[in-house]
Amino acid sequence: MTIELDLCGEVCPYTFVKTKLKLEEVECGEELIVTFDHAPAVENVPRSLKNEGHKIMGIEQKGEHLWKVRIRKA
Amino acid sequence: MIGGFNEEQIRRYSRHIILPEVGGKGQKKLLTSKVLCIGAGGLGSPIIQYLAAAGVGTIGIIDDDTVDLSNLQRQVIHGGNVGKPKAESAKQFVNNLNPDIEVRTYIERLNACNVINIFNEYDIIVDGSDNFATRYLVNDACVITNKPLSHGSIYRFEGQVTTIIPHKGPCYRCLFEHAPPPGMVPSCQEAGVLGVLPGIIGVIQATEVVKYLLGIGELLVGRLVYYDALNMTFEEIKMRWNKNCPICGEQPKITSIQEDIYGDSCRIW
Ligand SMILES: [Zn+2]
Repeated sequence: MTIELDLCGEVCPYTFVKTKLKLEEVECGEELIVTFDHAPAVENVPRSLKNEGHKIMGIEQKGEHLWKVRIRKA
Repeated sequence: MIGGFNEEQIRRYSRHIILPEVGGKGQKKLLTSKVLCIGAGGLGSPIIQYLAAAGVGTIGIIDDDTVDLSNLQRQVIHGGNVGKPKAESAKQFVNNLNPDIEVRTYIERLNACNVINIFNEYDIIVDGSDNFATRYLVNDACVITNKPLSHGSIYRFEGQVTTIIPHKGPCYRCLFEHAPPPGMVPSCQEAGVLGVLPGIIGVIQATEVVKYLLGIGELLVGRLVYYDALNMTFEEIKMRWNKNCPICGEQPKITSIQEDIYGDSCRIW
């Protein structure tokens, strides 16, 4: 099962903080897809998540300022 | 709402949540924890400040004193509250800093009659008291109720701080079996104290409490940090469990809290 989180309108560091909080609700091995419209988050959030051991399964650009990051919880 | 946190809490606690050692999980632990602070004076001020800021959900504050102008040289949470009960003044400070916190005030003196009932309500006790009678009462009651204790004390330019986990490490009496006779050691009132000193010691105590609640790091168990502000040195004194300790030894002489040991009457205020 995949869970989605829409963080459009959110900026760093809350993009990471909210992603992290959502991940805590997800079961290990499950996937979370987060949508961002804040460009720095697309680099920062995956880096911070990798530091905590999670896997980045893919980053998809959906529009000029729209990205979807797929995360697998460690 | 994400993970049980509202927008305001996500922002307020974000720097904690970011830490891998804390996260939302750790922050929730803090929010559901109950800490009792003995005294809202020099040590109590930074202890209460930082525990409230950290989001420790319930803070008990016991102090029977009122704010005096001479307190404000070091008791930094009582500004504008001269004449008010310190516990009430501290509660006002906490409410302004962090509305998430439930503050329980006890405008009374901790004594042999009330100590057990009060301690039973909390997860950990922080001693910010300024006299030996209370210090020994707190130590003994923590051993009897099996509550962890952060001990701190200050004198002129010096302070000491340690963490006591009853039956897992030494207690205060293991190191100092009895209080010095009354009048031997001048109180803070007579001896004077450098205003910033309780800031250092109290913040170390608050650090220990937060670590204990989160279950992270190495606590000051079996170690007493001795701080000398004039020489700016921190020394660590090893504390050993004393099998002859009157409260936590193999055959303890003190098995219940009796008022005659602590020289405090149980009168009702
Ligand atoms: Zn002992």
